[in-house]
Amino acid sequence: MFAAALLAAWQLAVSLHPHQLMPGPWKTAQGIADLFPHGLIAKYIIASVFRVTWGFFLAVLLAIPLGLAIGWYQRAELAVNPILQILRPISPLAWIPIAILWFGVGDMAAIFLIFIGCFLPLLLAVIDAVRAVPAVYINAGRNFGLKPVALMRRVLYPAIVPRLMTGLRITLGIAWLVVVAAEMIAVNSGLGFLIVDARNAGNRYDLVVAGMVIIGVVGLLLDYGVRSLERTSSLRWGFEEKR
Amino acid sequence: MTSVLAGSSAAGAVPSAATPIKLRVENLGISFQRDGVLMPVLGDINLEVRDGEFVCLLGPSGCGKSTLLNAMAGFLQPTSGQVLVDGEAVRGPDPRRIFVFQERGVFPWLTVAGNIGFGLGKLSREERAKRVQHYVQMVGLEGFESSYPHELSGGMKQRVEVARALAVNPDVMFLDEPFGALDSITRMIMRGELLQIWQAERKTILFVTHDIDEAVQLADRVVVLSARPGRIQRIVNVDLPHPRDISSARYLELRDGILAEVGLAHRI
Repeated sequence: MFAAALLAAWQLAVSLHPHQLMPGPWKTAQGIADLFPHGLIAKYIIASVFRVTWGFFLAVLLAIPLGLAIGWYQRAELAVNPILQILRPISPLAWIPIAILWFGVGDMAAIFLIFIGCFLPLLLAVIDAVRAVPAVYINAGRNFGLKPVALMRRVLYPAIVPRLMTGLRITLGIAWLVVVAAEMIAVNSGLGFLIVDARNAGNRYDLVVAGMVIIGVVGLLLDYGVRSLERTSSLRWGFEEKR
Repeated sequence: MTSVLAGSSAAGAVPSAATPIKLRVENLGISFQRDGVLMPVLGDINLEVRDGEFVCLLGPSGCGKSTLLNAMAGFLQPTSGQVLVDGEAVRGPDPRRIFVFQERGVFPWLTVAGNIGFGLGKLSREERAKRVQHYVQMVGLEGFESSYPHELSGGMKQRVEVARALAVNPDVMFLDEPFGALDSITRMIMRGELLQIWQAERKTILFVTHDIDEAVQLADRVVVLSARPGRIQRIVNVDLPHPRDISSARYLELRDGILAEVGLAHRI
């Protein structure tokens, strides 16, 4: 209902200002329909998801073990924290020139930007999660004779997974934001490129908005994918009401 | 009063003087730094626990009994003195001495079987499964092997934790108010089960509680600690054979003796 009302308001606003280039929902829908037969849209979605996947998983792969280690050894945290705090406020988009300088225009530059955008928030989320692990779990693990590496793998890591899932959801959202921006500048395919290209190629604002809609829908599906992991039986403990 | 509490160790359950000393606490003192001031928590604790003995540490909350237990288990370095197990100084936690927390210590990401088998990483798969099954049966959790802790009641979680401790076959078990969070009926049942397990497996047990009845029902000896800084006020031999009749004259006499010892004789 609400969505229908919004669409109607959109249509109404557009028809009140006929001289604007902004397309209405109907023209946008036509734009989406236009994109499909070319097969281009599938190619662009795959290109964007491919970059997000690589950038995101590289960040996950590095941030989790590093975050566990930094969170565990408090001295490491003291050493690393100032650097993290300086890097954190730098928008991943500020890295675009450097990404192009290092990797040229292409997939690698976009993947690097996504990695930069995901790695720091994820690392901080892991460090925070480790610090919130109840001491009983760590003491129990030590009591059964676990050395630090085994303790991280068998106690610390599973204990942070519920909090980690929240971090992953937020980070994947960031990755999806960054990929669009990166594709506007650093590559010539993908959904971000579609938007810039549609504008440059003759002010096809119907395709611009169509691209935005597709970005929104794919982002929603990605988020849904991560959330469905939260329902795994072995993870559910972290999402039940805390006593 | 003194004569009442000076009961001799007659019943068979109490290890005789010939049993070797398992754990010895020597001149132990612990202080915590609080706002730059050194606060003594425990002072001058000396205690000998024999192999297979069941000892309760009893005292008001904040008297340092949990601190003492943590020091015995190696989680806490004493400020002075030392803890010896089998004549060897305790330097840290060890799988031969397992600490049982309240049911909070169960790992919520593992199933019942996964929790009980947690300390059995060195065994082969079949042997581990066999051992897990044995202790699942001992604590009466058949049918719940693949349940997760959040699906269990508090008493069941506590059983999981006791089974997880027993599975690695430790010499000593430290229990820190293990039944404190359970309702009174479950608590009574759990005490009975713990006694059965102790009689079957003959572990040395150190059990912290603030419940006088619990102490007199379970222990061979009750170590009564004074308020902070905690010191050993008195050690009471409980010369009652198991199963104990908790309305017998001797039981009541012992209980009232300890009540008087902590300054609460027959009055509320």
